[in-house]
Amino acid sequence: MKTDILLSCKNLTRRWDGIIAVNDVSLQLERGSVHAVIGTNGAGKSTLINLLSGEVEPSSGRVELLGQDVSNWNQSRRARSGLGRSYQRNTIYPCFTVLENCRLSAQAQHQTPWSIWRDAQKDTTSLGIAREAAHQVGLDDLLECQAGFLSHGQKRQLEIAMCLSTSPKILLLDEPLAGMGAEETERMLNLLERLRANHAILLVEHDMDAVFRIAQRITVMVNGVVIASGTAEQVRTNSQVRTAYLGEHG
Amino acid sequence: MRYQKLFIALAFGLLAFWPFISGSYGTDLVSKIMIYALFALSLELLVGTTGLVCFGQAAFFGIGAYSVVLLSPSDTSASVIWISLAEAILLAGVFALLVGSLALRTQGIYFIMVTLAFSQMAYYVIHDTPFGGGTDGIYMYVKPSWGVIDLDKPAHMYGFIWVSLLAGFLFLSQLLRSPFGRALAGIKVNEQRMIASGFSVYPYKLAAFSLSGALAGWAGYLFAVKDGFVNPELLGWHLSGTVLVMIILGGLGHIRGAIVGAFAFALLQEFFQSEIVFGTFAKHWHLGLGLTIIACVAFMPNGLVTVPRQFMERLSGRSFNKSSQPLGEQS
Amino acid sequence: MAYALAPFVSASFGGEFFSVLVLGLVLSVILGYLLEWLFFSYLYKREHLQQVLMTYGLILVFEELRSLLIGDDVHGVNIPPILDVSIPLNDMMTYPLYRIFISSVCLLLCIGMWFVFTRTRLGMMIRAGSTNREMVQSLGIDITLLYRVVFAAGVALAAFAGMISAPISSVYPGMGDGVLIVCFVIVIIGGVGSIKGAMMAALLIGLVDTFGKLLLPQVAGVLVYVLMALILLWRPRGLFKV
Repeated sequence: MKTDILLSCKNLTRRWDGIIAVNDVSLQLERGSVHAVIGTNGAGKSTLINLLSGEVEPSSGRVELLGQDVSNWNQSRRARSGLGRSYQRNTIYPCFTVLENCRLSAQAQHQTPWSIWRDAQKDTTSLGIAREAAHQVGLDDLLECQAGFLSHGQKRQLEIAMCLSTSPKILLLDEPLAGMGAEETERMLNLLERLRANHAILLVEHDMDAVFRIAQRITVMVNGVVIASGTAEQVRTNSQVRTAYLGEHG
Repeated sequence: MRYQKLFIALAFGLLAFWPFISGSYGTDLVSKIMIYALFALSLELLVGTTGLVCFGQAAFFGIGAYSVVLLSPSDTSASVIWISLAEAILLAGVFALLVGSLALRTQGIYFIMVTLAFSQMAYYVIHDTPFGGGTDGIYMYVKPSWGVIDLDKPAHMYGFIWVSLLAGFLFLSQLLRSPFGRALAGIKVNEQRMIASGFSVYPYKLAAFSLSGALAGWAGYLFAVKDGFVNPELLGWHLSGTVLVMIILGGLGHIRGAIVGAFAFALLQEFFQSEIVFGTFAKHWHLGLGLTIIACVAFMPNGLVTVPRQFMERLSGRSFNKSSQPLGEQS
Repeated sequence: MAYALAPFVSASFGGEFFSVLVLGLVLSVILGYLLEWLFFSYLYKREHLQQVLMTYGLILVFEELRSLLIGDDVHGVNIPPILDVSIPLNDMMTYPLYRIFISSVCLLLCIGMWFVFTRTRLGMMIRAGSTNREMVQSLGIDITLLYRVVFAAGVALAAFAGMISAPISSVYPGMGDGVLIVCFVIVIIGGVGSIKGAMMAALLIGLVDTFGKLLLPQVAGVLVYVLMALILLWRPRGLFKV
């Protein structure tokens, strides 16, 4: 089976006033695979995601999306081309319902700003996508609930649902499991397994059990530099990684 | 939601009958207030819906007003209503497009000040150059007309203003329900998330800014035609501040808040200025108005339109926030 | 508001200049403290624009109270005798000492403020509180008192400015009006939160305004705003970021 590389970066570097947050990082995301990025705090993982998503401009290096050089593209343009991301903090719309949160996200891919006579919240296209996304994360019962009143775990699920509502081909997930209990984590990991088939997923996470369970490839970063990258087994047995980060987990 | 629709229907119905039950002063007063209400609606689109606080709305209002006076035919014949109105709206809208294209490069308090800066530039052009007729202002002696509609007649003028306000309200209500309006609501709540989802927010904001300016220009046109007189203060920052106060008072995030706020503010001003009630103390009407505003801020944190809901919540002892109605859309 | 009120109050008290200055400062600190406590302290949790509305209401009330209690007359305030001399610059021109006094006092105040903000613990708390209110609170610092003190200090500074400028501009209703917008413009151009920026901007605005009136009188009024627009388009966050 030919694996297609949906997103890749080469020699990506980002400097801030003397600190090199991301230093010469290259990686590839393939369809059908979960690629985890792990590292200590301050290792540059979030900056890496910001560089890939377009939120931050690189100091040097390139980003390729579906074979195209998108280094100059801004974030919304990359998002429209199939690059979805979720945030470490919740970026939901607290005063809208769960359904509206997803529907508005879906609208991004079907924008018709000139059709003023239409009632957006009755739009079948965006509603259908929204319901499907909410169903995938398990929020069907809470569609009419105001998002601000959800529990933390449910908000994290909504965060993923909103990302899915944009029909992305690539998912950049920044600590989706943060603050989740055991049951919610299980549900999220099952979801990621299901999504893997048709998407390329980049997962930044601290939960090592989760990472080793679902990631096919792992990249380890320390102080902005990649110190190891390979299959889960390769990384687990890498001595540099063990000393730098895994400690007893290996 | 039904109650809100009923309230609006009643309000417009009452306004339609008003000229028949009040004298000429009352009709003139409500004419003026309705114009302010339309003006307030234009700002609500920016501030309450999109979250863009503009402190230069008066510039668009004034441009609309000055355009009808400056562009009226030099042979003192009456201009055609639709043409002169279209000119006013277009000029104000284009100016808003230009200002917005530059101002939207800034954010937050800086955006507020840049909008002020540009409106002050417009003010000074009118105030200090011969182009605008200077501080004395300009009179308009022949009012626009079309067919049997002659805006020189107070009854026709009132009706035209009423129709304008209704049209503006209905337009905005529908706009907010449309995909464009929902995008604006999303931008207000969480612009970063909108960008991450794939919306280019700048074009949306610019469109909202231009529409808002055009609508303010419409209100300015009505003001000029009704009074037959324009002066530079129509572009001044005091007026920009006043209309901002109106919509905050009425309640941000609700279109009817703009109308309620305009009426509340203007009526309070009338009340405190009336010598019948206050005698000679009426010249100190700023005091009463100021105290009332302070009380409103202290006791009504979300504006006048939310008072019924606050009241109902107190009575029933439960919060209304878990309703199925997404709070981002309220008319 | 405080700028306009203070001179009125001091003018009506008459008396010796410097003691009135001190009295005025004390009163304005108390006033500022009370204002914050009564009217603003509960607004921080709400939308920013509620503060705008409250300020608007307060301005209306204060202007009217002033009109009721002190009247609408224009007052003159005399320059204190020791400062009422002119310094000769050369054979032909002299310069009033009082203006030098004003400039030096303001300069000293600026340096003092800069010192407090950047070199003292109080300044550190203020700067921290403006960026992250909750964090400062959880560190055990009384943020309400801090905000109140800052507000009172701001009122006092404005009042002081009003009082020392009283002798050279007369004291009249609405004298705060012209200064109000320019103050905002200065803070914005300088960059919100930067004292250095405010100083630079104030100097810049002063120069542009004065020379504008001299060289290009037709456009003098609008120059300040053109300047602000240009600067903000070049640097959307003001001259100096914080």
